[in-house]
Amino acid sequence: MRGRAIRWGVFILCLTPFLMLAWRAATGALGADPAKTLMLQTGEWSLRFLVLTLLVSPLRQWTGWALVMRMRRMIGLYAFFYACIHLASFGHFYIGWSATILAEELVERPYVTVGFVAWLLLLPLAVTSTRGWQRRLRRHWQRLHRLIYPAAVLACLHLLWQARSDIGEALVYIVMVGALLAWRWRRSRLWHARSRVAATRAAHT
Amino acid sequence: MVGRFTVPRISPSEITPESVYLNRRQLMRSAGAVLSATALGAASSSAAAVTGGEALDYASARSGQGFSTDEDKTPLGDVTSYNNFYEFGTDKGDPVDHAHEMTTDPWTVEVSGLVNKPGKLHLEDILGGFDLQERIYRLRCVEAWSMVIPWVGFPLAELLKRFEPTGDARFVEFRTLYRRAEMRGTRSFTSIIDWPYREGLRLDEAMHPLTLMAVGLYGKTLPNQNGAPLRLVVPWKYGFKSIKSIVGIRLLDSQPATSWQTLAPSEYGFYANVNPRVDHPRWSQKYERRLPNSLFDPNRIPTRMFNGYAEQVAHLYKGMDLSRFY
Repeated sequence: MRGRAIRWGVFILCLTPFLMLAWRAATGALGADPAKTLMLQTGEWSLRFLVLTLLVSPLRQWTGWALVMRMRRMIGLYAFFYACIHLASFGHFYIGWSATILAEELVERPYVTVGFVAWLLLLPLAVTSTRGWQRRLRRHWQRLHRLIYPAAVLACLHLLWQARSDIGEALVYIVMVGALLAWRWRRSRLWHARSRVAATRAAHT
Repeated sequence: MVGRFTVPRISPSEITPESVYLNRRQLMRSAGAVLSATALGAASSSAAAVTGGEALDYASARSGQGFSTDEDKTPLGDVTSYNNFYEFGTDKGDPVDHAHEMTTDPWTVEVSGLVNKPGKLHLEDILGGFDLQERIYRLRCVEAWSMVIPWVGFPLAELLKRFEPTGDARFVEFRTLYRRAEMRGTRSFTSIIDWPYREGLRLDEAMHPLTLMAVGLYGKTLPNQNGAPLRLVVPWKYGFKSIKSIVGIRLLDSQPATSWQTLAPSEYGFYANVNPRVDHPRWSQKYERRLPNSLFDPNRIPTRMFNGYAEQVAHLYKGMDLSRFY
């Protein structure tokens, strides 16, 4: 019961940036270039939710809260949700849904390509996020969902590539994603080392 | 007439050390801000920065010769709250929030290099020494957005003539104020710009009648975020050429190194003429978003060669390969 209330609370919290953007859009408070504000804000929120998703496992280990694991899917889906609005704004405001311009942008502007690939990587994760797919894919599910790692790296690159004179903001995300991926790399090394020890022990007895 | 600008004159800056008078002005301004904030309740400094500015005496916009467009003007609130002025931060909203920290009075512009009469212009000379006129120009940013702005100013040519460029002068270099204490963007340790900001023009571009030294917009003196008290406006070039808050003008015989070109030569050229046929690696230049736009109407319009001023300026670049000299 308490878990459910917390989940609803987190759901609303994650939706708040969207509601605030919608409110600003409705009241004309997005500034002189609302399209650009919408693009920048949704892109940044998508990256923030990606970081939060990656934070769930370490948080679970450090704090022991089982509840955070049950939020992971929702937070991950929110990252995809904001990425979708980000992409749709680009399609609508920047290229007017023109396939020719899209093709040109993808070829000529690598930061667009990189961002688009990051979204493509998130797409199958969103589709297979249900319990049904989790059951169907079994152990492949976890492997598939490791695609969030390259997606987060590409999202950082997408941001860094657009920095013109000040890379401060991009650096903050790069450091966060870097630290979270390094934690996983270390964990998997420890895990392998431990299972090797266990295997040797088993062989000796 | 010329003498007025070359005779040494005593300005407050020569009597009082800079830091002292800047502090005094700062104090006076803060006191004023406190008073007005008390009077107006929750008035923010940025709101004051938007509406601020003193009324100017000027001749209305003349039509013809590209001096004025009758396209819809971008509203004052948008012109003063959506700016690229990296000295105050890289976000478009940073200048309106932080540019009020810049002291613009007293102000001195030093004119040097290949001129017969090097000298200085003070704020009074800038605001009172030239016949002001209104020019309604399109402004096209390299980031593919654009505005229509009613500037008040005088042709740069008039200013340059007073200092008499020598026969060897072929280029003009401009320099923006660099004062770390008042410009928080310049204090960012992750910024890779080599301050102060510099821009340049070929002398014939600088002498072109469309090239404007703006001191105001919408009939009033420039708000700080738009480059107070004196900025360049070159309507057929991308916005970054129109350097703000100028403190130095130098005439040279060779092409000066400019800030963006130094930072990323493959992206920003010295000429930076608006050209829909030459793409920028970050932004397609075929279209622009005319501001303000709304979510229901992105206001996407095709970009015109030389920002629509081809008739006036195309001859300056005759025979040049514009995809090479971008």
